[in-house]
Amino acid sequence: MTPFAAPGTTFTPPEIDWAALSPVLVVVGAAVVGVLVEAFAPRRGRRFVQLALSVAALAAALVVVVLRWGTVEQNLVGVSALFDHRVSLFLTATLLVLGLVAVLAMAERGESGDPFAPQAAAVPGSPYEDAARRAGLEQTEVFPLTLFALGGMIVFATAADLLTMFVALEVFSLPLYVLAALARRRRLLSQEASVKYFLLGAFSSGLFVYGVALIYGTTGTVSLPGMLQRMAQGGATELLATPDGEPSLMLLVGIVLVISGLLFKIGAVPFHAWTPDVYTGAPTPVTGFMAACTKVAAFGALLHLLFYALPINVLQESWGLVIAVVAVATMVVGGVVAVVQTDIKRMLAYSSIAHAGFILTAMATSTVPDARPLSISGVLFYLLAYGFMTIGAFAVVSLVRERDAEDNVTGEATHLAQWAGLGQRSPVLAGVFTLFLLAMAGIPLTSGFTGKYAVFLAAVEGGYTWLALVGVLVSVVTAFFYVRVIVLMYFSSPPATPTAVALPSPLMGAAIAVGAAVTVVLGVLPAPVLDLAASTLALP
Amino acid sequence: MLSSSFPWLTTAGLVPLVGALVVWLLPAPTRRLARPVALAVSVLTLLVVVGMALSFDVAQAGTHQFTETYSWIPQLGVSYALGVDGIGLTMVALAAVLTPVVVLASWHDAGVDPSRVRTFFALVLVLETLLIGVFAARDLFLFYVLFEVMLIPMYFLIGSFGGPQRRYAAVKFLLYSLLGGLVMLVAVIALYVQGPGGPEGFLLDNLVGLELSETAGRLMFLGFFVAFAIKAPMWPVHTWLPDAAGQAPPGAAVLMVSVMDKVGTFGMITLGLPLFPEASRWAAPAIAVLAVISILYGALLAIGQTDAMRFIAYTSVSHFGFIVLGIFAMTSPGQNGAVLYMVNHGFTTGAMFLVVGMLIARRGSARITDYGGAQRVTPLLAGTFLVAGLSSLALPGLSSFVSEFLVLVGTYARYPWAAVLGAVGVILAAVYILLMYQRMFTGQVPEPVKALPDMRAREAWAVAPLIAVIIALGVYPKPVLDVLEPAVQRTMEEVGATDPQPAVSGAATAEGADQ
Repeated sequence: MTPFAAPGTTFTPPEIDWAALSPVLVVVGAAVVGVLVEAFAPRRGRRFVQLALSVAALAAALVVVVLRWGTVEQNLVGVSALFDHRVSLFLTATLLVLGLVAVLAMAERGESGDPFAPQAAAVPGSPYEDAARRAGLEQTEVFPLTLFALGGMIVFATAADLLTMFVALEVFSLPLYVLAALARRRRLLSQEASVKYFLLGAFSSGLFVYGVALIYGTTGTVSLPGMLQRMAQGGATELLATPDGEPSLMLLVGIVLVISGLLFKIGAVPFHAWTPDVYTGAPTPVTGFMAACTKVAAFGALLHLLFYALPINVLQESWGLVIAVVAVATMVVGGVVAVVQTDIKRMLAYSSIAHAGFILTAMATSTVPDARPLSISGVLFYLLAYGFMTIGAFAVVSLVRERDAEDNVTGEATHLAQWAGLGQRSPVLAGVFTLFLLAMAGIPLTSGFTGKYAVFLAAVEGGYTWLALVGVLVSVVTAFFYVRVIVLMYFSSPPATPTAVALPSPLMGAAIAVGAAVTVVLGVLPAPVLDLAASTLALP
Repeated sequence: MLSSSFPWLTTAGLVPLVGALVVWLLPAPTRRLARPVALAVSVLTLLVVVGMALSFDVAQAGTHQFTETYSWIPQLGVSYALGVDGIGLTMVALAAVLTPVVVLASWHDAGVDPSRVRTFFALVLVLETLLIGVFAARDLFLFYVLFEVMLIPMYFLIGSFGGPQRRYAAVKFLLYSLLGGLVMLVAVIALYVQGPGGPEGFLLDNLVGLELSETAGRLMFLGFFVAFAIKAPMWPVHTWLPDAAGQAPPGAAVLMVSVMDKVGTFGMITLGLPLFPEASRWAAPAIAVLAVISILYGALLAIGQTDAMRFIAYTSVSHFGFIVLGIFAMTSPGQNGAVLYMVNHGFTTGAMFLVVGMLIARRGSARITDYGGAQRVTPLLAGTFLVAGLSSLALPGLSSFVSEFLVLVGTYARYPWAAVLGAVGVILAAVYILLMYQRMFTGQVPEPVKALPDMRAREAWAVAPLIAVIIALGVYPKPVLDVLEPAVQRTMEEVGATDPQPAVSGAATAEGADQ
């Protein structure tokens, strides 16, 4: 246990499975190259180079994942820093695909202009900012920042020890704090969102790392499979378990703190307070990226913790009940508070909280052995389906614009009243948005229904029928506010000063089209993806 | 004649769906063809259904025919499985007959804007596909999917083309129905978990006859029943119907009340009873009470209505009470009557909605007091309404009489009190129909009514088939009953109910033996 190897012993380098790390290496490597591009590429070509680099890196990483899919052994549980099994590959692939679509949406420079501030360092409203705008400056750092965030998310979702998880948490959070502050319009709101996100995020990181310390203190390890092993032995030390076999208070507090840190990133009640402000203030394409990818990453980490590190015999069923209570609170608060929102981004933020609650219903059954395969595949499917509809929905939001007195297209029209009559003037855009809303409401033949069905099936199979019942009742509440937007778009007359709808560039158009197509396909023919999600099942 | 292995049901469902796409995608210069194309498509669908009915083996009407089974989502146990027995065939036929009628009657209801016109008719055709599918589904998951999805076109029909309160009515309709549907979803999942599972775990043939624990079976039955009671609609969850029917365009109101709401009672008899026999028998007395309340409550509120469309909606609440009463009396005459009632109510109420819709289109008001003496101005409209109305109050010789009589006879054998109270509903029906006719069609002719034109040829063609069916089924219901009876018999066996022996004859025999 000495930090230095004793003289005479030979140094054995750790074996590193480069193939398993390759997706992360490609993404983070591209991010580093992106920083160099910022430094050395001429300003005119920078945006194109950054975009091409990001898309190429994500696509390459995706190819690697697909190639590795067949070679990874289904039941192999990683013992080093990362899990290398199909669940983690599925999560990685989900993050990469969603990241790809999100990057396309961020690259929008069509009629609506750049969604990011010309010079993030400029004080809002200052002459310097004005000069930067007139000079046509662009903050092309968003692309490497996004890649850094994605790299961190991949590691976070697949981490097999708590310290790696913590480092990854910071790696993906810091770029997101910066991205959230970059909105071109309403910059003060955007910066306020960023500061809130940063402060609350730092707080949750603190909780997380304190929990890690307590867990290390009791189990003597930070590795998830190691935790499983130590806790399964039970009563080995007094720190780990009380004489009558119950887990010690210190261990329980540690686990609760770690899970709280993860629930913060998920946006679950009572750690949801940052979500509405940050989702509203951040540039809309970034909101879509955060809403979709952060959820995937955080649920991936929570899934690994609950299913691969917490043994059933130590924590018994009360653990499931805790998650179930959080799920109910998350669904109810998200669903009910969304009803009174008048801003579309805030409404979607609360809706994302409700969705986190729906996913948690399947997590509650992690303590029921029979239901565990259904839970994992249900969560994986839901995350994929939810990610696409969310990125698509926020992309549509970013196209609906206000007009100024000279009829120029300006900032986003996020107040619900401004969406009135949109269906008559932009039938295609309103139709696609209706599709996303119906999917979020869980109407059959959309991906949202298949996802909800999958998680509720897991809940019922695990004996949590009451939880599924709460879930469907909240679904009716959520349907109310989704449907209200449809009513506004189709059955109401446009406001006195009609909103503008910016023509999307081909990239943005592609992002929305992919989101819509996936939403329909996963609703009508979900069989292949369900197969993939089910084939990931690798339980210890 | 095509053989019975021809995929009749898929064809019947696909024709309107493709037709809807064609109507929707018509290039701008040809958009005025939206209405004729929609009519042609709906007539073609009707022809397909007629062809199917002709190849239906009536002798085997208790078994499901034209079955098609394909794997759809094997991971979830879901198949694309279709098939109809006598009841299903009748309901599919009801949808197929009423759709062309609605298309013809709604010719001008969508206004003149070509893009709105094509939307309206495309939605009607999509709805027809979903309705045919929901009556033909032999997989519980497929049934559920169609049950929920069919709300969406109806929601847009009400919300885009309805009256002044259409937004409120559309949202109320959707949320009410979703609530019922989602509660049912939990029961559907629970049933699947209890069932055999596997890639065909949702096939109804695999779910009927499961051994369920008493509590589980009853809770699941309630989950299904809530959804069907909202859909049917029964007191006390009927409140969405008057709003929805009152605000919907008349054509959509016909499809909603005459066909879509039948999915509720159809579900009760083809899913509720066979899947949960014990729970159905357990709940039957309570449901009979609710049904009787529906009959009386709907009738009383119909008498007090001032809006003609809401009036018809409340008469339907009353009629649905009879249908549910017949189903849960669990006697052969009761259930035969109930299913026949579903058909008759479809045509009768359809005719009433259409005639009232025509009057509203002319006069611009749905208030009953805005009319009066219309009989002298528009004798054809008045006559049609009278025939439909008399059928609605179950006048012998018109279709509803047969079914209402059967329901009351069947109910009397099981719940005499319910039959007696139900008979009061028959009297109230006479009151509300005749009162309504008196207020709208007789007496002084107010000035604005004097100039109203009578029925046009197109409208006459739309309503004539309904009146013909009402009279035909009133005089000779045997062909339909022949198709329904074996299916009802099978349901009775599945639910384990036997017809009670008439108590009077038993007592009389005993008396005779004494003497």
